[in-house]
Amino acid sequence: MLTASNLVFRAGGRALIDHVSAGFEPGRLHLILGPNGAGKSTLIRLLARLLRPAEGAVSYDGKDAARWTERDLAQRRAVLSQAIEVSFSIPVRELVLMGRYPHFGARPGAADLEICNEVMSFFDVTDMADRNYGTLSGGERQRVQFARVLAQIWRPLEDTRRYLFLDEPLTFLDIHHQIDFMEKVRVFATQEDVVVIGVVHDLNLAVQFASRLLLLHQGRVLADGAPEEVLTAEHLRTAFSVTPVLLTNPATGKAHLVFEGDKSR
Amino acid sequence: MSLSLLFLLMVAITVASIRYGAMDFSVHDMAAAVWGKLSGRSDLPLDQRIFIELRVPRAILCLLVGACLGVGGTLMQALFRNPIVEPGLVGTSSGAAFGAALFYVFGALVKVNLGGWTLPLAACAGGVLSTYLVFVLAHTKEQGRSSMLRLLLTGLAINALFMSGIGFLSYIARDPAARSIIYWNLGTLSGADWNSVLVVGIATVGGLVPAVAFAKPLNALMIGEDEAIALGVKVGRLKWTVLTINVLMVATATAFTGVISFVGLIVPHILRIARGPDNRFLILGSALLGATLLSVADLIARVSLRPAELPIGIVTAVVGVPVFVSLLRSREYLS
Repeated sequence: MLTASNLVFRAGGRALIDHVSAGFEPGRLHLILGPNGAGKSTLIRLLARLLRPAEGAVSYDGKDAARWTERDLAQRRAVLSQAIEVSFSIPVRELVLMGRYPHFGARPGAADLEICNEVMSFFDVTDMADRNYGTLSGGERQRVQFARVLAQIWRPLEDTRRYLFLDEPLTFLDIHHQIDFMEKVRVFATQEDVVVIGVVHDLNLAVQFASRLLLLHQGRVLADGAPEEVLTAEHLRTAFSVTPVLLTNPATGKAHLVFEGDKSR
Repeated sequence: MSLSLLFLLMVAITVASIRYGAMDFSVHDMAAAVWGKLSGRSDLPLDQRIFIELRVPRAILCLLVGACLGVGGTLMQALFRNPIVEPGLVGTSSGAAFGAALFYVFGALVKVNLGGWTLPLAACAGGVLSTYLVFVLAHTKEQGRSSMLRLLLTGLAINALFMSGIGFLSYIARDPAARSIIYWNLGTLSGADWNSVLVVGIATVGGLVPAVAFAKPLNALMIGEDEAIALGVKVGRLKWTVLTINVLMVATATAFTGVISFVGLIVPHILRIARGPDNRFLILGSALLGATLLSVADLIARVSLRPAELPIGIVTAVVGVPVFVSLLRSREYLS
């Protein structure tokens, strides 16, 4: 269980995150939605402890995130950031192995190498293992980063839960790989000891895959709950200034949204 | 290219470096000089004394300075996540050069005289102070990409300021001080003795040992600051420790030899092209290759115009630039 209580984060005198409280349970896929500038990335970085809140607290397993050591935290919490830039061209295999850095000292153990092979095959990047990251396409790079991030928390730990944070993971991916990735994350998130929190832009993908949604607007929680409770016409008008038309996806039976611009403007 | 190969290369160059110069020594002469010194003889012939007191310390100092510059370049490029960074970039080498220029112009007026130590101390103090100035001016509360970029640009600005200070000092200086400033800015190992070997040796070992320990966190930094934090790296602490190591090594080396450009820039690139960017290899490798390349440059500097010698900074640039440019063109390195 991951809890955020009364988080506040300010930058340049403005509250980017304004008293946000939320709970995130294991075994489910949580997605954060919101318009540009709503504070989604800031929130996920606060939850992942890449940023420290000005007020409030984040706790993992009931223990304040601030009290975890860097190494302990890194063994159970993995983060995929937006727009990763690799400064020197590095072979894919070495990059994926970085995900295991918190788990080994000077040299990787057999288990670390085994895990790298497993995640690379999970994300279909095994045949790129010996290529240079710099020579890959945007989508291929993103899949290699998935493998790196998942390698960090691939296997269950004895005493505690694992936490996965995904900040806009679908950028650069074609539609096949978007759906493929969401499927894989959903499967990963069904494990009882895993908390997964992601930020996505595509509302229909969110409806299709999330077990819970958190809608953020101007740094505050506008709605939090099951997808159909969150993505109401009223909420979407407030948050995105669009008018949704709610259809039913005949294949899945779930809601499907199409949009018109806000007519009240 | 492996570490043992680099080591053998370095040993071979060192042997050539102590053998050839303004005067050449045969293997027999070298052995006799070393044996004479080790057995405590005080009446060594002049040529053997030259060998023991000038040639050997110069060769060792050259190795140490090359190692410092190579490692400094690797550390700074890894830390700034930027391939164009030189070890002196945060103000260290221009500050050291300014300190040396002050010594040449005003040293005679000041009553403080520490003999042979005055120039290195003035230069080292200049390097440390200017770097500190850069840190203070660039320091803000915020972390992340912008803070590193600010440090880089502040370093460039302070470098420009100190370079103009050096220009002013050489402008008002008379010969021979003016010539000394120019000469010092091109680098020279002719002041080498066993004292300088000892001091630079301590800085080299004192910098290299902790630097190797930071290889893995510096690797993690390759994929970004946030990513490194997520992998458990204490990025803030890493930055300041690595910068301090770099200043220690570069300011000390520069203090005894003047400004030697280009070695710190190209050594990490040559190794990355050959073996990739893994810092666990690069840091030790750049110590060995830096030592080797600077020794080659010093050998060329001593034999090309003998019995006179060229400033080593000219050799490093004239030899290094074509090699570097052709390496950059030949691979998919920069993709």
